[in-house]
Amino acid sequence: MTDVPAAPRSTRAWLLSDRPQSRAQARLGRAYISWLRFASNPLALVGLAILLVLVLVAAFANILAPHSPTAGDLAGAQLLPPLSPGYLLGTDDQGRDILSRLIHGSRLTLTVVLLVAVITAPVGLLVGTVAGYAGGWVDGVLMRITDIFLAFPKLVLALALVAALGPGIENAVIAIAVTSWPPYARMARAETMAVRHSDYIAAVRLMGASPVRVVLRHVMPMCLSSLIVRVTLDMAGIILIAAGLGFLGLGAQPPSPEWGAMIASGRRFILDQWWVATMPGMAILIVSLGFNLVGDGLRDSLDPREAGQ
Amino acid sequence: MRPLLHVDDLKVSFPTRSGLVEAVRGVSFTLGRERLGIVGESGSGKSQTGRAIMGLTPPQARISAARLEFDGIDLLSAPPKLRRSLRGGRIAMVLQDPKYSLNPVMSIGRQIVETLRTHENVSRKVARERALDMLAAVQIRDPARVFDLYPHEVSGGMGQRAMIAMMLVAGPELLIADEPTSALDVTVQLEVLSILDRLVADRGMGLVFVSHDLRLVSSFCDRVLVMYAGKVVEEIAASELGNARHPYTRGLLNCMPTLGTNRHPLPVLDRQPEWRL
Amino acid sequence: MSSTTMSESVRAGRPFHVRAWPVAIGVLRFAGVVITTFLGLLAVTFFIGRVIPVDPVLAVLGDRAPASAIERTREAMGLNLPIYQQFFIYVRQALAGDFGTSVLTTHPVMSDIARVFPATIELATLGTLIGTSLGIPLGVLAAVKRGTLLDQLVRIIGLIGYSVPIFWLGLLALLVFYAKLGWVAYPGRIGIAFEYSFTPITGLYLIDALWQGEWEVAVDVFRHIILPAALLGYFSMAYISRMTRSFMLNELGQEYIVAARAKGLSEARIIWFHALRNAAVPLVTVIALSYATLLEGSVLTETVFSWPGLGLYITNSLQNADMNAVLGGTIIIGSTFIGINLLSDLLYRTLDPRTRA
Ligand SMILES: Nc1ncnc2c1ncn2[C@@H]1O[C@H](COP(=O)(O)OP(=O)(O)OP(=O)(O)O)[C@@H](O)[C@H]1O
Ligand SMILES: [Mg+2]
Repeated sequence: MTDVPAAPRSTRAWLLSDRPQSRAQARLGRAYISWLRFASNPLALVGLAILLVLVLVAAFANILAPHSPTAGDLAGAQLLPPLSPGYLLGTDDQGRDILSRLIHGSRLTLTVVLLVAVITAPVGLLVGTVAGYAGGWVDGVLMRITDIFLAFPKLVLALALVAALGPGIENAVIAIAVTSWPPYARMARAETMAVRHSDYIAAVRLMGASPVRVVLRHVMPMCLSSLIVRVTLDMAGIILIAAGLGFLGLGAQPPSPEWGAMIASGRRFILDQWWVATMPGMAILIVSLGFNLVGDGLRDSLDPREAGQ
Repeated sequence: MRPLLHVDDLKVSFPTRSGLVEAVRGVSFTLGRERLGIVGESGSGKSQTGRAIMGLTPPQARISAARLEFDGIDLLSAPPKLRRSLRGGRIAMVLQDPKYSLNPVMSIGRQIVETLRTHENVSRKVARERALDMLAAVQIRDPARVFDLYPHEVSGGMGQRAMIAMMLVAGPELLIADEPTSALDVTVQLEVLSILDRLVADRGMGLVFVSHDLRLVSSFCDRVLVMYAGKVVEEIAASELGNARHPYTRGLLNCMPTLGTNRHPLPVLDRQPEWRL
Repeated sequence: MSSTTMSESVRAGRPFHVRAWPVAIGVLRFAGVVITTFLGLLAVTFFIGRVIPVDPVLAVLGDRAPASAIERTREAMGLNLPIYQQFFIYVRQALAGDFGTSVLTTHPVMSDIARVFPATIELATLGTLIGTSLGIPLGVLAAVKRGTLLDQLVRIIGLIGYSVPIFWLGLLALLVFYAKLGWVAYPGRIGIAFEYSFTPITGLYLIDALWQGEWEVAVDVFRHIILPAALLGYFSMAYISRMTRSFMLNELGQEYIVAARAKGLSEARIIWFHALRNAAVPLVTVIALSYATLLEGSVLTETVFSWPGLGLYITNSLQNADMNAVLGGTIIIGSTFIGINLLSDLLYRTLDPRTRA
C-alpha cells in the first residue's frame, strides 16, 4: 500500500529522464511528453472522448440500441417526436427508432473512415517516399500524377466514380480513397526530401543498407507523425464526403442506417417533423468535430512549431 | 550641455512558464550628443535595454525604471501616441539584419517615404526628393534606381544603408544601433560603419551603439558600457579601456586576438557568479 | 463539402508552383503543367466513362435495346477502335466542347452546361465575397488578439465550419429562415412572378437585374440567393479566417514588424498594411482554393436549395444515370479548377516581388 503513490512518480521520472538508458526508454519518454502536451489541451481531450464514445457505441451497438435499426413499428410509432416514451430521439416515417439507427450507423461511419485511411495513407506514403528518395524522372512522373489528382474537384470526381461503379458503400469507399491519397504523397515527399541528404541517412547507406531498406526503415518512420496528424484531420472531411454521397443516394442503400442517407429521407418532413433530419446531422457534426479536435491537438503536441496556429 | 537621455535603474523582465526571466536588472546611464557603446556577451540584455528606450518592449514584459527620460519627456508615463511620434521621429533604431528588417513586398523608396510622411506633413513629391537625398547621403550611387528596388534585389550592405536612410530620414536626435553590421561581411561592415559615423557627426546626433565586439566599440565610441547578465559591470571612456578594472571587461579584452603573438590555448571567458549580484 | 480538402493543396504545396526560372522557360513549363493536368483530367473522365462500365453501350441505351441498335451505337461511339485512338477522339471532341448529348434533356451537354453554369458561378462568387470579407478581418483580429475570447470564438466558428455537413446546415437554415421566419424566398433563383418577364443578359441575375434597373426583380433575386450564398460564405469564412490567422501570426513575428514599429507607424497601419500585405501573398492561393471548393460544394448546396446550377444538373443526371452529362459537368468543374489555380498563381507572382523575374 505504501509504495503505490511512489510508483507512478518514479515511472514518470523514468519517462521524463533526460538521460534515457535505452532506445525504448527514449521513445516512450518522447511519446509521454507528447501525451502530456496533448492532455494539457482541453479541446483535444473533448475530441478524444467523442472518438472513444464513437468506438464503444459502434462496438456494442447490438447491446446499446433499444430497438431494431431497420424494422419499425409502422402502426404505432410513426414520426414520434423526441422524448416520446421509449423513443429518446423520436422515430422516422417508418416508425423506426432514430437513436437505434444512429447507434448502428456509427458502425458504417467508422468502417468508411477506417477503410479509407487504411487504403490511402500507405499508398500516399509509398508514392511520396519513393518519389522523394529516388528523385529524377521517377519523382517527376509520380508528382505529375499526384498533382493532376490534387487539381481535381474531390467531391465531383467521387460522384462521377460512384455513378460509374454503381451506388453502394464499398464503391463510395473506393471513390473517396481514389481522391484522397495525393496530399499524403505530397507531404511524404516533402519530408523525404528533407531527410534524404541528412548525415544519418548517409551513414545508413554507407553501412550497405539497400534503398528499399533505407526507405522502409529510416525514411518512412520520419514521415509517420505528420502523416498521422493529416489523416486524423482528413477523417472529418471523409465523413462529410461519405455523408454527402449518402445524402445524394450514392452511398449506403436503404434501409441501412447511414447518417447521410437518413438526412436525405428526413428531408421530406423537415417542415413538420424536424427531428428526423436533424438528429443524424448532429451525429455527423459531433463525430467530425471529434476528429478535427483530436487532429488539431495531435498537430500541436507532435509538432510544437505549429502550436497555437 | 543638457543630457539627451537619462536612464536610471531600468529593469525589464519576462514572465515565462519556467519563472521570471530578468533580462535587464537595473541599468543606469546618461547620454548627451555623444557616442555610447554597449557591449556584452549574447543574452546580457543589450537589445532589451535599447528596445526599452525605443518603447518596443514586448507587451508581456514588465518594465520599470526610477527614471527613463528623453529630452525632459518621461518615457514610461508618456501616452502611447507621444511615444509613437518619438519613435522614428526623434529616436531612431537601426536593426541588425537588413534582410529581415525591411518589408519584402514594399519598394525601398516607399519604405523611406513612409517614415518621413509619418512624422512630417510633406507632399508626396517633397517626400520623394528627401528620400532620394537621404539615399545619396548613405552613399548610394544611383538613388533613383535603388528607390524603386525591392529589398531582395539589393545586397546586404546596400540593404543596411537603405535601412539607415529609412531610420534617419525624419532627422532623429538619438540613434540606437543594435548590432547594425553584424550580419554583414567584414569589408562591407567598415563601409557601413563609416557612413554611420559621418552621419552621426554631421547631424550631431546622440548614438547608442550596441555590439558584442569590444574592439569595434572602442574605436567607434566615446564611452563604453560593459553589460553582464542584465547589469552594467563597468562604464569607461573608450580611450581608457586598457585600464579597465572589472575582470569581465579584462576577460573580453583578452579574448581579442593580436597579431604576432602565439595564443595557445585560446583564452576562455571567465564568468564568476558574484558578478551577477 | 469538406473544408479540409481546401487546405490540403496549400499545405502540401501549390499544384502549379514553378520556381523562379528564366521567363521563357518558365512560361513553357507553366503551359506544360497546365496541359498535362488538363489531359490527366480528360484521361480520368475517359476512364470513368468508357472503361469502368461493363458495357458503355448498355449504359447509354439501357439493357432492353435491340441487338442491331447496340451494334450501331457501338460503331457510332467508336468503341471498335483501339483504346488510344478512342482517347484521341475523346480529347479532340472535348476540346471542341462536344461532350455528347444528355439522355435526360436530349440537348447537347455543352449547351445545357452553358445554360446552368452562370447560376453556379453567381452563387459561388457571392459566397466567396461574403466569406472573404468576413474571414480576413476575423482572422486578422484573432491573430492580433491571440489567446483572447475573440480568438477562441473565431477558432470555434472555424472548427464547426470544418465539421458540419453543408447540406444539413442548409436544410436547417431553410427551416428557420424560410419556413419559420419567412425572411427569404425558396426555391430556385427567381420568383414565378418574374420568371418569364425577366430576360437575363449575362446569366448572373443579380447583376442583370441591377443593370436593367429592375429593382423589384433585384430584390426578389436577392431574397433567393442570400441564404445559399450566406451558407457557402460561412464555409469559406471558416477556412479563410483560420488561414488568415495563421499567416498573420507568422508575419507579426517577423523582424520587419519591429522595424515598422521603430519607424513610429500606428499599430493599425502595421497590422492592416504591412503585415496583411505580406500575408496576402499566400492568402490569394487560399481564397482561390476556397472559391474552387465552393464551386464543388455547389453540388450539395444546389440540391438542397433547388438552385438551377451545374451542381443540381449533375445530381439530377446522376439520378438518371446520364453519364454524358455527369462527366461533362465533371470536366467543366475540373477545368474551372485548373483555371482558378492558374489565375491564383499569376496573382501570387504579381503580389510577391520576389517571384517576379
Ligand atoms: N520575449 C522574451 N521572452 C523571454 N525572455 C526574453 C525575451 N526576449 C529576450 N529575453 C531574454 O532576455 C535576455 C536578454 O536578451 P537580449 O536580446 O537583450 O540579449 P542581447 O544582449 O541583445 O544578446 P544578443 O547579443 O544575442 O543579441 C536573454 O536572456 C533573453 O533570453
Ligand atoms: Mg541583441
